[in-house]
Amino acid sequence: MRPSTAPTSTSHGIRISGVSKVFPGLPRPAVDDVTLDVAPGEFMTFLGPSGSGKTTTLSMIAGFTPLTAGSICVDGEDISRLKPHKRDLGVVFQQYALFPHLTVTKNVAFPLQQRAVPRADVEARVRAALELVGLADFADRLPRQLSGGQQQRVALARAVVYQPRALLMDEPLGALDKKLRDQLRREIARMHRELGMTFLFVTHDQEEALTLSDRIAVFNNGRVEQVGTPNELYERPSTLFVAQFLGESNVFADDGAEVVVVRPERLELHAEPGAVPDGCRHRKAVITDIVYVGNHHRIGLRFADGTEGSVMRLAGTALPAAPGESVVASWSPRHQAAVPRPAATWGV
Amino acid sequence: MPSTRAGRPRSIGWGLRLWVTAVAVLLLAPTLVVIPMSFGAGQTFAFPPKEWSLRWYEEFFSSPQWMSSVVTSAQAALLTGVLATVIGVAAAIGLDRGRFPGRELLRSAMMAPMIVPGIVVAVAIYGTFLRWHLNGTLLGFVLAHTVLAVPFVITSVSTSLAGYDSTVEVAAASLGASGWTVLRRITLPLLMPGIASGFVFAFVTSLDEVVIALFLQTPEIRTLPVQMYDSITLEIDPTIAAASSLIVVVTTVALLLPQLVRRRRSES
Repeated sequence: MRPSTAPTSTSHGIRISGVSKVFPGLPRPAVDDVTLDVAPGEFMTFLGPSGSGKTTTLSMIAGFTPLTAGSICVDGEDISRLKPHKRDLGVVFQQYALFPHLTVTKNVAFPLQQRAVPRADVEARVRAALELVGLADFADRLPRQLSGGQQQRVALARAVVYQPRALLMDEPLGALDKKLRDQLRREIARMHRELGMTFLFVTHDQEEALTLSDRIAVFNNGRVEQVGTPNELYERPSTLFVAQFLGESNVFADDGAEVVVVRPERLELHAEPGAVPDGCRHRKAVITDIVYVGNHHRIGLRFADGTEGSVMRLAGTALPAAPGESVVASWSPRHQAAVPRPAATWGV
Repeated sequence: MPSTRAGRPRSIGWGLRLWVTAVAVLLLAPTLVVIPMSFGAGQTFAFPPKEWSLRWYEEFFSSPQWMSSVVTSAQAALLTGVLATVIGVAAAIGLDRGRFPGRELLRSAMMAPMIVPGIVVAVAIYGTFLRWHLNGTLLGFVLAHTVLAVPFVITSVSTSLAGYDSTVEVAAASLGASGWTVLRRITLPLLMPGIASGFVFAFVTSLDEVVIALFLQTPEIRTLPVQMYDSITLEIDPTIAAASSLIVVVTTVALLLPQLVRRRRSES
C-alpha cells in the first residue's frame, strides 16, 4: 500500500447517551438505556447473543432505525435525527448488499459519486480502495462473479473509500465459512491499523470479539452488561452473564450476595486437601471426563454441590487423575472474580 | 438417480410431447392460417390460395381508412404503455412497501379490470366519457386502455419485487444516496426486467383491445381492431387478412423481444 494513495482519515469519536428502542407490541425494550463512549480510532465490538440489542443499537447509529429515547453524537454533533445518507458513516452488512447490476468498480465509486468527487479522483481512490482489500484485479467483475469472501471485501472497500467518520459492521463474517472468516478477520484488523478509522463491529462470536477489539461492550437483554478490554472482560467479569458468555467458567457459591468465578486454566487439581497450597481456596470434585482438544486437555468436573465445571491442561503435561476419581480443585483468590449472585435463577 | 438428474434435464416422454404439439397446433393454427390467406390473389378468402399476390397488402397500405386506424392504434398503444407503466410501477412499489390499512383492498381494486367483464367496463366508461366529452378522442382511448393495462404492469413488477433484497437500498442510503437517487440508480434498474415486460403487456393490451374501443369510436377516429371488426361486418374482403397478419407479427415480436434481449444479455 503506497501511502500517497491510501485512504486516510482523521478519527472521530461516537457518544451514545441513554439510547433506548421500544418496538410497539414487544414486552420489553429492544435497547434499554444504553450509554457508551467510543474513542476516536478505537475498534469497539458489540458482543451478545441474538436479541440482545447489539444490532438494533448499530442500526440506530447508522440511521436505519429511529431512536425512542436518547441521543447519538459524532464529535459532539447530534446525528440521531439525521437521515442515513447525511450521517457520513460506512456500513458493512452480513449479506454484503452489493449492487448486483453494477461492476466492482462502479459499486466502489458509488459513494464518491454521491459526494460529487471529480472523475479523475474517483478513479484513483477506487483503485486505492480495491488495492487495500486485495481485489484490484477484479475491478470489472459483477458481484455474482465473485465468491462470498471477495464480495465482502468489495463491500469493505465501498464502505471506506469515501473516508467516512466511522465504519459500522453488522456480523460481516457471519455468512462465510470458517477458513474465509479467519482470513477476512485478519484483513479487517489490518485495515483498522492502516486506516486509523473508528470501527464498530457487531458479532455474537466471542473469538472474533476477543481477537479484534480494543474494547468490547457485552450486550444482554437490551442493556450493556460490561465494557472493557478483552483482557479485563475475561479476567475481571463484572456479571455472571459476562463470565459465562466469554470463555468457560467455574462458578462457586460464596458468602452473601456474590458468587465466585474462576477460569479453567486457573484451577489446580490435587489428590487430597492436604496438598492445597497455603492461602488457596478449594472445592472437592469428581472427574467426569477428559477430552483431548488439540493443544490442551479439557477435564470435566462435578463438584460436591452438584455443579459442573472444567479444568484446562496443556497437552504434554501429566494428567493428575483419571475419570471417576475424586480430586480437590484449588485456586488462588487473586484469580477469582466475585460477581453478584443473579436473582432467583441461581440455585447454588 | 441423482447423477442423471444433475447431468441433464430429463427429456419429456413421447406421449406428453405429442399432446403438447396437438394443443399448440389447435391454439395457433387458426392464427397462422390467416397469413397465407393474406397473400392470395383471389377476390375471396381461400386456403391455400390458388394464386399468390400482394394486392391485399397494397389495398391495406393505400387505404386512408386503414392507415388512419393503424396510426390511432399505434399512438394509443404507445401512450397506454408509457402511462400504465408509470402508474403500475409506482403502485407495485407502494403496495409492496406501504404499511397502511386497506392495502389489500386497494390491490384488489387495482386488479379488478382483469376480472370484471369487458363489456361492463366498456358501458361504464362509455357513459362516463360521454359526460367528460372523451368519446372519439385519443386521450379517451389511452385512459380507458390504461385502466385495463395497469394490472398487467402491477403483476409483472410485483413478481420482480418478490425476488428483490431491499438491503441494497439501505446500503445505498448509508453510502450517501438520497431517496430519489436510490430509486433512480438502484431500485428501478434492478426492477427493469419486470418493468419492461409490464410495458410490453400494456402495449399489447391496448393494441388488441376491441370492446371498449368499439364504444369510444367515431367515424373520424377508430383503432385498428375496430376497423377490422367493421370491415368484417360490412364487407367481406381479404384486406382484413393482411391486417390480421400484420397484427399477429407485431404482437408476437413485441412479446418475444424482451426475452430475446434478456437471453442475449445473459449470454454475453
